[in-house]
Amino acid sequence: MKARRLLAVSGKEFLHVRRDPRSLVLAIAIPVVLLLLFGYVLTLDVDRVPMAVWDRSRTPESRELVSRFEGSRYFQVAQRAEGYPEVEEALDRGQVLAALVIPEDFAGKVRSDRSSVVQLLLDAAEANTATIALGYAEAVVSGYSSDLEVRWAHAKGLQGIRPPIDVRSRVWFNTDLESRNFIIPGLISVIMMIIAALLTSLTVAREWEQGTMEQLIATPVTAPELILGKLLPYFVIGMMDLVVAVAMGKYLFHVPMRGSLPLLFGIAAVFLVGALSLGMLFSVSTRSQFPASQMAMAFTFLPSYLLSGFVFSIDSMPPVVRAITHLVPSRYFVKVIKGIYLKGVGLGTLAVDTAPLLVFGAGLLLAATRMFRKKLG
Amino acid sequence: MTAPGGISVSARDLTRRFGDFVAVNRVTFDVRRGEVFGFLGPNGAGKSTTIRMLCGLLAPTAGEATVAGFDLRTQAESVKTRIGYMSQRFSLYEDLTVEENIDFFGGIYRIPSGRKRERKEWAIRMAGLSDHVRTRVAHLSGGWKQRLALGCAILHEPPILFLDEPTSGTDPISRRSFWDLIYSLSGGGTTVFLTTHHMDEAEYCDRLGLVYRGELVAMGSPRELKDGFPVERAEGIAPTLEDVFVSLVEGMDRAAGPVAEVRG
Repeated sequence: MKARRLLAVSGKEFLHVRRDPRSLVLAIAIPVVLLLLFGYVLTLDVDRVPMAVWDRSRTPESRELVSRFEGSRYFQVAQRAEGYPEVEEALDRGQVLAALVIPEDFAGKVRSDRSSVVQLLLDAAEANTATIALGYAEAVVSGYSSDLEVRWAHAKGLQGIRPPIDVRSRVWFNTDLESRNFIIPGLISVIMMIIAALLTSLTVAREWEQGTMEQLIATPVTAPELILGKLLPYFVIGMMDLVVAVAMGKYLFHVPMRGSLPLLFGIAAVFLVGALSLGMLFSVSTRSQFPASQMAMAFTFLPSYLLSGFVFSIDSMPPVVRAITHLVPSRYFVKVIKGIYLKGVGLGTLAVDTAPLLVFGAGLLLAATRMFRKKLG
Repeated sequence: MTAPGGISVSARDLTRRFGDFVAVNRVTFDVRRGEVFGFLGPNGAGKSTTIRMLCGLLAPTAGEATVAGFDLRTQAESVKTRIGYMSQRFSLYEDLTVEENIDFFGGIYRIPSGRKRERKEWAIRMAGLSDHVRTRVAHLSGGWKQRLALGCAILHEPPILFLDEPTSGTDPISRRSFWDLIYSLSGGGTTVFLTTHHMDEAEYCDRLGLVYRGELVAMGSPRELKDGFPVERAEGIAPTLEDVFVSLVEGMDRAAGPVAEVRG
């Protein structure tokens, strides 16, 4: 392999990218747009769920319950209802996602230490939101309930009584429970994978389609010189995308970065080589831009989106699907990037997930080089 | 560098099949060092297929060939360091400028840094593109593209040059200056192997092989071909190469007759 030939190929390829508005848009604009879109739109947080309240009790006790809902950041009383038709209508129209109905005898039962029942209606058309809202609502009610118990015991002269079990939870790694903090790092890996594979999927195929490959394979250039030479400019572009994405994460989305930035860039470089080589493999084997880019899209977008653990937890997938995720390079990189961003862990902990990335990168690069034939037909 | 005996290119029963179709059928010939050797024949006769095999772009189905003393079957990559190749399409990078194309091929052929500048200037001057160094190739006319493609193909001063339909799509003036260049290269010892379907152009070659339907039907200098195959023409009019070619081909089509050959 001769450095001079490799650099000649790289230089030429870089000029192609600079002269082609299409690949410039693909390389720079799309990652930024994707980050903005996903960063702002894709939030899994359940905040300020609008709710309707029908307080039939109208007592200090019932008002305290309602104010506890209002006081939590998860609910917002959007409507005061008088009767079921009104509650139903608000739910039907989607004005509220939950409705709380407090019965007339609520205060009476509470005062006389008999169990009272309140009704919570939920719009489960959005199952995920409903489940989370239900959990919050139960926590609000049981918090009030145990406070009442303690008060009641005190009134009876039983000093020092406390609820038997008190959960003291500490949230680690993503202390604000902000979904953006794990979506942005995961998104960076998805974007890198898709863009890198798409860019290289076009490069060798374009030369076959335009006839310049016939000229090129009549020269002494070797397969490694050609493949590596063509990868180099896209590697630089991929790393630039990473810099832009990390900067956007920090300054636009305020995602905390706890780990080492050089470590992140180092492992990302390995991941990037794998993604670029995958696109290159499609380009080399199809010799045609359209099928190569389709394959690059099919093999990167859905797997890195659905099977990487970027949003959808791998632990809750069926065993067969979980097994398949082991073949998706993004799976390992998502773990690495989340580990560095949220937990600040070092290479020692990340080695387990870095090793498969090295295997993927080296394997795909070798496959692309081996698949390249310096022959027509 | 050439094989002993001054033979630059040698083919023995060279054959290429695409499925059932025989594109090149047992072609045998030698090209001497410094010779301008032309393959003349209609489209689809197997001219391009032959040139692609000799450049190591297509593997022969059967037969043997040596180029610059290297065996095409086992040393195709060594062949590629000794040849220049210009395809029919003048395969340049259209989005790159004249200068960028030359620099790219200069890098690919690893032209020594001492010679690099001189060769680049030579190519630009030869192509007549001194005023268009920074023009993108897409904006050049056919004749300019042809000369630039030729310049890129011989930037590394290869001993053997393969040209596939080098003058297709160019005007008569470009064609004339192109032939001046071919003669000066040949005078300097470069072997030139080219294909053409222009009868007038074939007259400029030192020796010709007439190809038809994948077979080499006759071989010799233009003079020998015209003398060796008497063709009936009106009194006092000398037969042209075209007459020779047509009569040979008609004979072949009638009888699927034997391969005729004139040894010079």
